[in-house]
Amino acid sequence: MIDLEIVVANLPLYVRGTWTTLWLTFASLALGLVVAVPLGLARTSRNPLINYPVWLYTYFFRGTPLLVQLFMIYYGAGQFAFVRESSLWPLFSQAWFCALLAFTLNTAAYTAEIVRGAILATPVGEIEAARALGMSRRLVLRRIVLPSAFRRALPAYGNEMIFMLHGSAVASTVTIVDLTAAARIVNSRYYSPYEAFLTAALFYMALTFAIVGLVKLLERRWHAHLRPLAP
Amino acid sequence: MLDLQGYGPSILEGAVLTLRAALAGLLLSILFGLLGALAKLSSSVPLRVLAGAYTTLIRGVPDLVLMLLVFFGGQMLVNDLTARMGWEHVDVGPFAAGVLTLGFIYGAYMAETFRGAILAVPAGQLEAARAFGMGPFLVLRRILLPQMLRHALPGVGNNWLVLLKATALLSVIGLDDMVRKAALAAGATRQPFTFYFAVALVFLALTTVSTLLLAAAERWARRGEARPA
Repeated sequence: MIDLEIVVANLPLYVRGTWTTLWLTFASLALGLVVAVPLGLARTSRNPLINYPVWLYTYFFRGTPLLVQLFMIYYGAGQFAFVRESSLWPLFSQAWFCALLAFTLNTAAYTAEIVRGAILATPVGEIEAARALGMSRRLVLRRIVLPSAFRRALPAYGNEMIFMLHGSAVASTVTIVDLTAAARIVNSRYYSPYEAFLTAALFYMALTFAIVGLVKLLERRWHAHLRPLAP
Repeated sequence: MLDLQGYGPSILEGAVLTLRAALAGLLLSILFGLLGALAKLSSSVPLRVLAGAYTTLIRGVPDLVLMLLVFFGGQMLVNDLTARMGWEHVDVGPFAAGVLTLGFIYGAYMAETFRGAILAVPAGQLEAARAFGMGPFLVLRRILLPQMLRHALPGVGNNWLVLLKATALLSVIGLDDMVRKAALAAGATRQPFTFYFAVALVFLALTTVSTLLLAAAERWARRGEARPA
């Protein structure tokens, strides 16, 4: 029933698609993380002028579909003259840039809330002790709050990584030849949906399990003090 | 504020279809989820392996890929079946394929949620009910389901929010939902941002209402719990 020849003949296409999926996913995860840490901090601020705008941003990006966000940027940016006339237009007219931007904004919103939750879960005693030792606010943040917050955020962030990997499949709707687009090309060329999409599914599954394994490895390292002692 | 140039009713029509697909998907996913959870907790090894494979495999693949697989592959399967049986041609259509896929995918997530919720109900209560002579279905209806609801609601709520946003993907397989209506309006008026932003706002409204309703439902489900004074 399954024609393996189709799969083998198109393996290079799938490998190229996988590469595109991987760099899109990890580039937006990395950029998103860089943006998310200050945003997460801002969400813990008591100053409404700092907290409220960031809340609105995460509320919008977490409450709407990634596909619509991507369309707003890819199709929508050209509606505005100031974008068309700006020096950034060559970037906005390219699908990869729009996808990278949409994915980064999306993952940054989710990650900011993860960071916020992890920061708020810091035991008050640790902060008080650090302050009592004479550390400044910045030093407390750098030495006490952030390291333990990152550690606490790891399991949730692992889920976010997988969410982003799977979410990146929508890039195939804006002419980017990622793993999903590779499958769609194979399907339309041979009209063989099982071969085309099951192969892509296998590739995605392998990537998912690789990420799960990576997070487990990191957890072993970062959560070593929480593991029960070996008998 | 947003000038929809007469396309408002069309977008709203799409929104109704989006909501219908999402609700149908939710019902189906709850059904798949309950079956999956019961299979995962059953004493039969083949059932446990099957349910384990279902939840692990589905959660490893993007929903868009599964949707395309069911839409194109499902149509082929139906074509083969109707040809073999000598029936008339049946068109699966994006609504049926979409709802089926949504239910199937989120059923895997629901199964994990329900499994945890079932385990949170003390085993002694189920044993006591059995000892009173209740049959397995009566135990399910009177003891297990009402009590697991409380533990399952937060997870079900999260899954619903993800499912609702995933319905936007149905436009990719040709469902005439809100996103597609917006694409048509965007093409005619050359104002894509306006229309996709309007769609985003409708989704935002739907997720907001859902969050409020879920919070109320959770409070209701927890009404029997002791509150700290």
